[in-house]
Amino acid sequence: MGRLRLLLRPVVPFAVAAPMLWGLQVLAPQDVAIILVAIGVNVILAVSLNVVNGFTGQFSIGHAAFMAVGAYTAALITTGFREVQIAHLPVGISDAVIFALALVAAMAVASVAGLLVGIPSLRLRGDYLAIVTLGFGEIIRVVIENTRALGQATGISGLPAATNVLWTGMGVVATVVMARRLLVSTQGRALLAIREDEVAAEAMGIDTVGWKVRAFVISAAFAGLAGGLLVHRIMLVTPRMFTFVKSMEVVVMVVLGGMGSITGSIIAATVLTVALEWLRGLDQYRMVIYSILLIALMLTRPTGLFGTKEIWDTLPRWLGGRRAAGGAR
Amino acid sequence: MTEFLQHVVNGLSLGTIYALIALGYTMVYGVLKLINFAHGDVYMVGAFAGYYIATALDVERSPSLPKAVAVFVGAMAVCGALGWAIERFAYRPLRNRPRLTSLITAIGVSFLLEFGFQLPSLRAQGEAFRGVLEGWGLRLPAPVAGVLAVLPDNFPPGPTPRFFPEPFERVDWTVLGGVHVSNYDVVSLAVAVVFMVALQLIVYRTKFGTAMRAVSYDSRVAGLMGIPVSRIISGTFVLGSVLAAVAALLVAGSRPRIDPIMGLMPGLKAFVAAVFGGIGSVPGAMVGGLVLGFSEEMVAGYTVSSFRDGIAFAMLILVLLLRPEGLFGRVSAEKV
Repeated sequence: MGRLRLLLRPVVPFAVAAPMLWGLQVLAPQDVAIILVAIGVNVILAVSLNVVNGFTGQFSIGHAAFMAVGAYTAALITTGFREVQIAHLPVGISDAVIFALALVAAMAVASVAGLLVGIPSLRLRGDYLAIVTLGFGEIIRVVIENTRALGQATGISGLPAATNVLWTGMGVVATVVMARRLLVSTQGRALLAIREDEVAAEAMGIDTVGWKVRAFVISAAFAGLAGGLLVHRIMLVTPRMFTFVKSMEVVVMVVLGGMGSITGSIIAATVLTVALEWLRGLDQYRMVIYSILLIALMLTRPTGLFGTKEIWDTLPRWLGGRRAAGGAR
Repeated sequence: MTEFLQHVVNGLSLGTIYALIALGYTMVYGVLKLINFAHGDVYMVGAFAGYYIATALDVERSPSLPKAVAVFVGAMAVCGALGWAIERFAYRPLRNRPRLTSLITAIGVSFLLEFGFQLPSLRAQGEAFRGVLEGWGLRLPAPVAGVLAVLPDNFPPGPTPRFFPEPFERVDWTVLGGVHVSNYDVVSLAVAVVFMVALQLIVYRTKFGTAMRAVSYDSRVAGLMGIPVSRIISGTFVLGSVLAAVAALLVAGSRPRIDPIMGLMPGLKAFVAAVFGGIGSVPGAMVGGLVLGFSEEMVAGYTVSSFRDGIAFAMLILVLLLRPEGLFGRVSAEKV
């Protein structure tokens, strides 16, 4: 029983989610589907950033840069293989396989970028990471704007519209399962120990730099996935989509939801995405509101909505609330 | 050779600017152990404060030396006040909380300044609001109306760049057979050197400077010795912000295009300069700024000019890998 359950644990969420997502995909009207995809992408971003900013207690503000790396990788692959059909497969399945490979490649390249940024900056204390990731975000944009193969400032257009509710939903499930499994694993405990007290963690024999870099790489990989998904929904990729405004948006989601809380990130990402759809007219005030929100949160409730708790830790017992014995606090 | 000398001149003027901004980072880091993310934006505010004062004094049509001095002093005062306010209201309440909290607040302040300055004119909006209120038979509260009346017409400036009026006529000299030096370069270098020497005197020759170094060495013990730590930290912020205003005005003299996100890149680069010199070290920031200015100018001059913005970043990564405490920094073991 034990071993089978262990094996099934990561598989079950996908098996349960797939038919539900497929149903949603078929039933949801176009405009709802667009918002669902936007929510999904933001949930992936927020939960993956939470691995660094929440679990590990570091502070990255360049998530959009890894998104850009993933987005461009996926875009180059899908446009490059546009006319290619894998032998013995029907068109639809062949396209899906290529898209899946493109997303995997997006994650791989983004994680390499994460490794390159993470190794020098994570050897030191957290504040260096913030400024290095901010700088990296700007540099990536400058590099893209000056690279002909990446379409410079105009970007790459005419990407296949491959992303839909099903793909995004599976991405969300993958991200959440990753985050949850990581959090309750030995490795996750190492990350939490680093967050709580880096010196003590090191004294306990935890390779702090190694784990910080690993968390950062994982986070970058999923940011790449989100980037790949996003650009295949809007069928266009430009460097302007990945400025630090985007990074900041994700940071606000994580901080608002509570650094360290997966459900908090999911809720904050959903609420903020929907709110932004409603408040389109207030676009120019968006960043001002975000920054005031950040400052106000830090001054009044620095833990965010849920702190490091999950939503079921805060619900009353009769609503299914539970006080998990071994939960992450 | 001429070309090389020209790059030296340009590198020197760029480097002094970076050094002036880096000093603000390094001093604040020294006393608070906090990277003041908003410092680059204080620099931006300095440029705009100068711009508004210059517009109010009509510098564009009738430039004169007293007006130039007024612009300088005014912008320095505005930035000093801003630095004081940021410390007082955003950082001080969080001083005993985890460092991450202050860092996030600093990022929030930085973005608030950057994007707050991109909003449409407050006065126009205030007038529109007054119209709405009067439609309902109400009046704008007196303090709000008072603030609106004092604000410059086009504040905040919005995202479009503005152009800084020339405080005095530009004169170009050609020296040493082809090296171009303008009177702006000379004035800017002189002003920067004067301020750096003044800072050096303040830090090493005054009571305040001694107190500042004591707080930077160990703020808890400094407090026990009767040093008013909070006041010293406030003073440090004011000092750093004043230097940022000086840097902004010197830049605006030769490169008059100013916009709300102009502080982002110089801020990042000056931070790199501070890290290179050893964050927390005053001479380190000066040397780091000059080295960064020179290397940027040389790389842009002899290789591809679009690499310019990458230099600082490459330098940061190299420093972090090879000598994370910087040139003049002291290695400090983390104690529990």
